Amino acid sequence: MNLRSALAVLAATLGLAAPARAAEPVKIGEINSYSRIPAFTLPYRNGWELAVEQINAKGGVLGGRPLAIIARDDAGTPEQALTAANELVRREGVVMLAGTYLSNVGLAVADYAAKRKVVFLASEPLTDAMVWSHGNAYTFRLRPSTYVQTAILAREAAKLPAKRWATIAPNYEYGQSAVDNFKKLLKAARPDVEFVAEQWPALFKLDAGPTVEALEQAKPDAIFNVTFSSDLSKFVREGTARGLFAKRPVVSLLTGEPDYLVPLGAETPQGWIVTGYPWDAIDTPAHTAFVSAYRARFHEDPRMGSLVGYNMALAAAAALDRAGSTKTPDLMKALAGLSFDSPTGTITFRAADHQSTMGAWVGKTALVNGEGKMVDWRYVDGAEVLPDAATAKKLRPAGKQ
Amino acid sequence: MDFILIQALNGLAGASSLFLVAAGLSLIFGVSRVVNFAHGTVFMVGAYVAWTLIDRLGVNFWLAAPLAACATALLGALIEVGILRRLYAGHELLPLLATFGLVLVAHDVVPLVWGAQDIIGPRAPGLTGAVEILGRRLPSYDLFLICLGPVVLGAMWLVLNRTRFGRIVRAATEDREMAAALGIRQDLLFTAVFMLGCALAGLGGALQLPRETLHHSLDTQVIVSAFVVVVIGGMGSLTGAFVAAAIVAEVSAFGIVVWPQGTLAMLFLIMAAVLVVRPHGLFGRAAQQEPHRPLALPSPPAAGYPRRAALAAAGVAAALLAFGFLGSPFALDLATQALIAVPFAMGLHLLIGWAGAISFGHAAFLGLGAYGAALAFTAGLPLAPAMTAGVLLAGVAGGAFGALVRRMRGVYLAMLTLAFSQLLFAAAFQWVGLTGGDNGILGLWPEPPLDTPMGWYLLTLALVALWLAAVARLYRAPFGFILRAAQDAEARARADALPVDGARVLAFAIAGAGAGLSGALLAFLKGSAFPTLFDIPQSIDGLVMVLLGGIGHPLGPLAGAAAYSLGVAVVSTLTPHWHMVVGGVILLLACAAPGGLLTPKRAGGAR
Repeated sequence: MNLRSALAVLAATLGLAAPARAAEPVKIGEINSYSRIPAFTLPYRNGWELAVEQINAKGGVLGGRPLAIIARDDAGTPEQALTAANELVRREGVVMLAGTYLSNVGLAVADYAAKRKVVFLASEPLTDAMVWSHGNAYTFRLRPSTYVQTAILAREAAKLPAKRWATIAPNYEYGQSAVDNFKKLLKAARPDVEFVAEQWPALFKLDAGPTVEALEQAKPDAIFNVTFSSDLSKFVREGTARGLFAKRPVVSLLTGEPDYLVPLGAETPQGWIVTGYPWDAIDTPAHTAFVSAYRARFHEDPRMGSLVGYNMALAAAAALDRAGSTKTPDLMKALAGLSFDSPTGTITFRAADHQSTMGAWVGKTALVNGEGKMVDWRYVDGAEVLPDAATAKKLRPAGKQ
Repeated sequence: MDFILIQALNGLAGASSLFLVAAGLSLIFGVSRVVNFAHGTVFMVGAYVAWTLIDRLGVNFWLAAPLAACATALLGALIEVGILRRLYAGHELLPLLATFGLVLVAHDVVPLVWGAQDIIGPRAPGLTGAVEILGRRLPSYDLFLICLGPVVLGAMWLVLNRTRFGRIVRAATEDREMAAALGIRQDLLFTAVFMLGCALAGLGGALQLPRETLHHSLDTQVIVSAFVVVVIGGMGSLTGAFVAAAIVAEVSAFGIVVWPQGTLAMLFLIMAAVLVVRPHGLFGRAAQQEPHRPLALPSPPAAGYPRRAALAAAGVAAALLAFGFLGSPFALDLATQALIAVPFAMGLHLLIGWAGAISFGHAAFLGLGAYGAALAFTAGLPLAPAMTAGVLLAGVAGGAFGALVRRMRGVYLAMLTLAFSQLLFAAAFQWVGLTGGDNGILGLWPEPPLDTPMGWYLLTLALVALWLAAVARLYRAPFGFILRAAQDAEARARADALPVDGARVLAFAIAGAGAGLSGALLAFLKGSAFPTLFDIPQSIDGLVMVLLGGIGHPLGPLAGAAAYSLGVAVVSTLTPHWHMVVGGVILLLACAAPGGLLTPKRAGGAR
C-alpha cells in the first residue's frame, strides 16, 4: 500500500512535465557537484544567481525573455550527471547545458552533448582533454585549463635557480596532467633541471607526515605542488612544522584562489609562487562593482567559484543574444569566437578549440594581518599562453571541427 | 637510517589515530555484531564538536577533546536506543542499512550546521612545535599521539580485564546467547558498548584536529580504513586493532617512498594478503565470527509466498512498464535505469540471501561488465558480442573469485569482496593506457535504432526479463535447493554429499554475470564507463536495494532496485538536499519495515 502511494506520487511528479508558458523564460540546465564539493560550488552558485538577477533586471535575453538557470546536483559522479543531463534536456527542455566541476563528469556531459546535439558550456572542469583530445563541436570551456595554469607557473619556475625539482599531486587526471605539462614546459625552458621525487597521494587522502618526509628525503631545490583543498592544508601544516619549505621555493597550482587560501588563515605559507584570484586587490571599476554587488547580495566575500559562476551566466546570455535564437546550431555559431565583457576584462571563446581566453592571476602568497593574501600579482590572459589556433586545432580529434 | 627511524615514527603517529576509531568499531561489532557504517560520521562529528568548543566557545583544546568524546557518546546512545535497538531481531545487515541512512543524512546536515568551507583544525596548546630527532624535525604532537595509542590500549585492557563491565563485555563477545542466559541485560550492555565505541571515535576525531582539515566527507575517508584495520586485526580484538593499525600505517608510510602511485591500492593489498594467510584476521578466532542463526531466506517455496507480496512485485514491474510507455522521454530514461539495476541487485540477493555470502564489493562485477563491453566495443566489436564479452568477463571473474572464497563466511568474506572491488577500482583508475584512467571510456553509443531512449529501453526490458526468468528457473532447480539446504544446515547438507561448494561457486558466477549485464547495459545507456562503477558507493547502493526490497523474498531485489533507483533520481531533481531525504526514508523503512518492502509471512515459530 505504501509502495502504491509512493508510486502515485512519483508518477504525479513525472507527469507534471508540461512546461509553464507564462513568461517564456529561456532555460539553461546547470549540473554541478553541489553536494560533493560545496566549498567551491556554493560560491559558484551564488555567482550565477547574481548574474541572472542582474541580467533579468536589465530586461533578460533575446529581447525581453527572462533567463532561468535550473540547477542539478551530480553527487560527483558521471552517472548521476548524465541522468541529470537527460532530465534537463528531455523534461525541462533547456536550450543549453552548463557547469560541472570534476573533469571526468565534465567529459561525460560533453560526450552526451555531442551525441544529443545540445550545446554544453563547461564552466569549471580543468582537464585539457575537454577542448583538445576529447574536444567536440558542441562543447565550450570557460575556466583556464590545467595547461594554461601550469604554463603560467612553469614560466615563473624557469626563472628560479633551482635545478632539482620534486612534485606532489593528487593521483587523478588533473594532478597527472598538471605534473606532465609542468615537466615538459619546464624542461623545454630549462634543459638543466631534473625531477628527483614525485608523490601521488589519493585525492583528499593525503598522509601528510610520511609524504612530507619522503619529499624531504630527496633534498630537492624546489617543489611543484598540485594538491588543493583539505590535502593542501595538511601539506602546508606538516611541511611547515617539518621545515620542508625552509629556503625552498614552492610553485603551487590554484593555491592563491580564496577558496583554498582563506582556510589556511594564519598558517598561509609565505612567498609561494601561485596562480589564484586576488579578489580584494583588483580595483578596476567593473570588478569593484562585481565585488560590492556580490557582498551586498550574499553578505560574504566572493571566491574563485563566484567569479566563474558569474562569468558562466554572462557568457550564456551573451551567446543567446548573439545567436538571436535558442536553436543549437545558432548557439554553436554564436559561441565560436564570442567575446563578452566580464568583471575582469574581455573574454573570448576561441573558434579554433572552443577554449575561452579567461586567464589567471599569478603572484606570491603572503601573510597580511593573519590572513593569506596574494601579492606582487599580475593577470596573465589565457591567449598569452594558449597554443596558437593552428596548433590547437591539431590537438583536436579530426572531423569534429 | 635516520630517515627510516623518522618514517617509522610518522607511521606510528598515524597508527594511533587509526586505532582510536578502529577500536570502537571492533568493540561494537564484537558485542552486538553491528557493522556500524556511521562510525566515521561519529568521528567527524567529534572533530566538529571539538572545533566548535575551541573556536567558538574558547574552551581549551585539552578539555574540548574529552568533552567531544562525551558528546559523541550521547549521540551514540541516541542512535542505539532510537534506531539500532529496533533492528537486532532482523537480518544482521539491517544495522548497516540504517547506519548508512545516517551517513547520508549527515552528508547534508554537517555542511548546513558547520558550513561548506574547509576548516583547518586548531593546534594543541603546548604541542605546536617540533622536536629535532637525528637532524630531522618531528611535530611534537605526533610524539604525543605515538604515546597515546598504547595508553588507550592499556586503559581498555584494564577496563576489559579488571572490571565487572569488562567481564560482561568479554562474555558477550565470546558467546552472546550464553551471556543472555546467565541473566545479563543485553539492552543495557549493547547501549553501553555502543556509547563507549562512539566515545572513542569522537575522541579520535577531536585529537585528529591538529593534523586534519575539517570537511563534510571526512567520514567516508575514515570509515573504510577503520574497517580494514578491524578486519586485519580480527573483529572484536583490541590488540588486533592496535597491531593492524600499526601495520597499515607503517606499510603506507614506507610504501609511498617505494611506490608513490600505489596509495590507492596499498590498504587493500595488505588486507587481502592477511586474509588469505589468516582468514579470521591476525587476532581473530574462527568460533566468534560464525553467526548462529541462519542468514536470511526463510524456508518456502513449498508454503508459497503470500499473494500480496507477489502482487506488489508485479505492481512494481507493471509500473516500470507503464512508466516506459506512457511517461515522458525522461521517465523512459528513469525506467531504463531502474530496470538495469535489477540484475545487479538480483545477483547480490542471490549471494546474500541464497548463498549466505555477504558482499561489500558487488560493484566489482558491475564495473567488469561495463569495462568488458566498453573495451570490446571500442576495439571494434559490434554491440551484441561486446555486451556478451562484458557479461562473460564478469561471470568468469565471479566464478573465479567464488572458487577462491567458497569456504569463507561473514564479515571477513564481505571485506575480501570489498578488497577485490577496490583493487579493480585502482586498476581501472591507474591503468590509463587500457582504461583511460579516471577520464573513463567515452563514446559508447549504440547504432540506431538502439540509440533512442525507447530503443534502449526495449532492449533492456527484454534482456532483464530473460535474465529474471532464467534466474527464477534456477531457484527452482536443484541448484536453488542445494543453496537453501546449505543455509539451513550446512553440515547436514555436506553429509548428504550435496555439492555445496560447487553451488556457491556457481552462485558467484551467476551473480557476477548478472551484475555484468547491468554494467554493460548501463555503459551503453550512458555512453561511457568510469572507474566510479567499481567504487564503494555502487556496492552500497546494491546492498541498500537488496535490504530495502526485502531479503526474505525472491522478488525483493526487484522492488528494492526499482524503488531506490527511481527514488534517488526523482528526489535529486526536487531538492539539492536529496541525501538527507533519501537517508531519512532509508532510516524510516529500516525501523518501520525491517523485513523490507516485500516481507514473506513467517510460518509461525521463531521470530
